[in-house]
Amino acid sequence: MLTLNASQLDEFFALIEKKRELYLPVENKTGKSEYKRWVEGDKYSTALRTVKSAKNFFFAKSENLYDLKMDHKNVEVIDTREDIKEFVIFGVRGCDVKSFDILDNVYLQDPVDTYYKNRRDHGLVISMACSKPATTCFCALFDIDATSPNGDIQAWNVEDKFYFNPLTEKGDAFVEEFKECFTDEDSKPVEKQKEETLNIIERLPFVNLNMEGFGVEDKLKAIFDRPEWEDLSSTCIGCGTCTYVCPTCQCFDIKDFNVGDGSIKRFRCWDSCMYSDFTQMAAANPRLTQTARFRQRFMHKLVYYPIKNEGIYGCVGCGRCLVSCPVQMNIVKVIKAMGDN
Amino acid sequence: MQSEIIKRTVELFNSEEIVRAIGWRKGDFDYDLNPSIFKSSEDLEKNFVYNDFSSANLSKFLIKISQKEDGKTLVFLKSCDTYSFNSLLQEHRISRDKIYIIGVPCEENLDPSKIKAALGEDVLSMSCDGETVTVETLDGTKTISKSEVILDRCLACKSRKHVVYDELFGEEGEVLDSKRFDQVEILENMKPEERYSFWRTELSRCIGCNACRDICPACTCEKCVFDNRDSGVENKVATNDFEENMFHIIRAFHVAGRCTDCGECSRVCPEDIPLHLLNRKFIKDINEFYGNYQAGDDIETLAPLTRFDAVDVEPSIVKTRENVK
Ligand code: SF4
Ligand code: SF4
Ligand code: SF4
Ligand code: SF4
Ligand code: SF4
Repeated sequence: MLTLNASQLDEFFALIEKKRELYLPVENKTGKSEYKRWVEGDKYSTALRTVKSAKNFFFAKSENLYDLKMDHKNVEVIDTREDIKEFVIFGVRGCDVKSFDILDNVYLQDPVDTYYKNRRDHGLVISMACSKPATTCFCALFDIDATSPNGDIQAWNVEDKFYFNPLTEKGDAFVEEFKECFTDEDSKPVEKQKEETLNIIERLPFVNLNMEGFGVEDKLKAIFDRPEWEDLSSTCIGCGTCTYVCPTCQCFDIKDFNVGDGSIKRFRCWDSCMYSDFTQMAAANPRLTQTARFRQRFMHKLVYYPIKNEGIYGCVGCGRCLVSCPVQMNIVKVIKAMGDN
Repeated sequence: MQSEIIKRTVELFNSEEIVRAIGWRKGDFDYDLNPSIFKSSEDLEKNFVYNDFSSANLSKFLIKISQKEDGKTLVFLKSCDTYSFNSLLQEHRISRDKIYIIGVPCEENLDPSKIKAALGEDVLSMSCDGETVTVETLDGTKTISKSEVILDRCLACKSRKHVVYDELFGEEGEVLDSKRFDQVEILENMKPEERYSFWRTELSRCIGCNACRDICPACTCEKCVFDNRDSGVENKVATNDFEENMFHIIRAFHVAGRCTDCGECSRVCPEDIPLHLLNRKFIKDINEFYGNYQAGDDIETLAPLTRFDAVDVEPSIVKTRENVK
C-alpha cells in the first residue's frame, strides 16, 4: 500500500497546494477542529470530528446564485459564478463521505443542480479511517465502515505513517500525479488497526439500535401518528442547530439581499424544517406546530428518504446532533422512543 | 439531593397542587439531560435527574406552558435561573400564579465538552463526587479534578441567591463577587483594530443556527425580527459574513438591560463563541452610566433603558470616542 511518513505530510500538502486548493481539519482557537484552507504552518488535526460537517464544500451555508441589476423597469441578470479551482479535501471521516452520496441522490438527480455538480466535479475527497470512535458515533448502524471509508482515495493513519488506497479513477490519477511522494509498503499495520477499531465499534452504545419499522412505506402512517412526537418535541426550541451541523440535511431557501446600490444579490442559504418559516407555500408553512416540524426532520431521515432511495437512511450516524442540540434531543432518542428499543 | 427533590415533587403531584413539572430528563450518558415536561409522578420518579449536568435554564419553557396549558406547573430553578424567571415575570411573559418554583441549590455545573476534551470521546457515563469527576469510558475508568471541567459560565457565577421561589432546597446563597467584568475590560483595553479582529475571528465560526437566540430567556418575541419576512432584515443565513456578524451585535442591543447574564447563549453555541462577552459589555456600560442594575433582581425596579430621568447621563457626552478606552 502507498505510504507517507507523518514527517513528510507538510511537504505533501505544500505540493498539493501548488496545483490545487487543499482543505483539511485544523484545530481552531477553541481546541475543536474545523476544515480550513491549508497554509504553511497549519497542522492537520486528527480529531475525530469537525464541528461543521464536510457538506459545506459542496452545499455551502450560503452561496450567491446571481446578481440582479435594477435600472427602472430593466432588470439585468448577471451570472456571478466564478470558475472553481480543482480542490482536495483531506481527512474526511467515513460518515461525512457517506453524506455526499445522500446529497448526490438529491442534487444530481434530474434536474441536476449545476452549482452543486460544479463543486462535486472539481473536488477530490481523501477520506480518513477512524481509530478512536466516540460513544456518540453510530455510523455502523447505517452500514458505514469507519475503518474503510469511501472517497476518491481512502487513507489510514497508523502511528507516524499514513497509508493511501485510491478507489476511483480520479483517485488513481491523483496518486499517479503525486507518486514521487509515496513509498510502497506492507499494509499489515492497517489491517491490525482496522481489527482493533472494529472491536471498539462493536461496543459503541448505539450501533445496534432497532431500526424495525423505519424506512418502509406501509409503516409510514403508523410512525407519523405516534403519540411520542408530542413529548419528544416538547422542549425543542426550533433553533435548527441539528440541521445546520448535520452532514445530510439538504434544504435551502432562496433569498434576495438588497445591496442598496440598485443591485440585488440572489442567494441561497441553508434552511431547516425546524423553522417556523420553512416551506412558505402559497400561504404559509403547513407545519403549524413545533411538534409537526420536529416530526418532519426525523420522518425525513428515517422514513421518507429511505422510501425514496432504496432503503438508504438520511442519517450517517455522525453524532453531531447528539453533541450540539441545546436541549439534548436527538435522532438516537427518537429512534429509541419510536422503535422497539 | 435528587431523591429529596423527587420525594417532595411526588407529594405535590399527589396533593394535586401541581399537574406537571418541568425538569431535566435522564439521557443516555448522565450528561445529556433533556429539559422535559413530566406529567405524572411515576414518570418523574423514574426519569428525573438533578446532577452536575442539569445546566439547562428551564424558565423560558414556561412561556409556552403558562400561556397554553391549564393548571399549575412546577419548575426547578437554580439561582441564576431565578433571575431569568423574574425578568420574564416583569415583562408579563409568564403567569406567576400558574407556576410553583422549587429552588435547587447549585454547586457549579460541569462542561461535558471539557471532560471529553481531557479524557477522550469514548465516554459512557460521568459523575462527580465532591472534587473528583469520574468518567467511565470504553477504555476503563478515568478521573479528573472538578476544577478543570467547570462550565465557563459557572466560573463567573454572579449569585448563589435564589431571587424568587416557593420552596427552597438547601441553604440560601449569597450574591457573589464574580469578577465577571474582567474579561470585558481586557476587550475594552484592546486597540479598536485588535478588538475588531477578535470579534471577526470569533464570529467567523458562526453557523447561523440561532441556538443562542432561541435558548435566550430575554429573546421572547413572538416573531423575531430576523425571522420576519416582511422586516427586510430576515436572515436564515446571511449572504455575507459581515451581515451575519451584525446579527449578533443587533441581538445584543435587543437584550441590553434585559439580559440577566444567565450564560445560556454561550453554553449552547456549537461553535463556542463567547457571546456572553457582548452582553456583558452592555451590562457593564449600563452599570457605569446609570448605576448598578441587575436584570431580574426584583420585578419592581424599572430597567435603566426603559425609564427616563432628567438627570440621566448622555452616554455620548460622558464617553466620547477619544476617552473611550
Ligand atoms: S432538536 Fe435540538 S437542535 Fe434541533 S431544533 Fe430542536 S432544540 Fe434545536
Ligand atoms: S441526524 Fe444527527 S447523527 Fe444523523 S447525520 Fe445528521 S447530525 Fe449526524
Ligand atoms: S427536511 Fe429537514 S431533515 Fe430533511 S433535509 Fe430538510 S432540513 Fe434536513
Ligand atoms: S460516525 Fe463513524 S465514521 Fe463518523 S467519526 Fe464516528 S466512527 Fe468515524
Ligand atoms: S449559537 Fe453560535 S453558531 Fe449558532 S447562531 Fe449563535 S453564535 Fe452562531
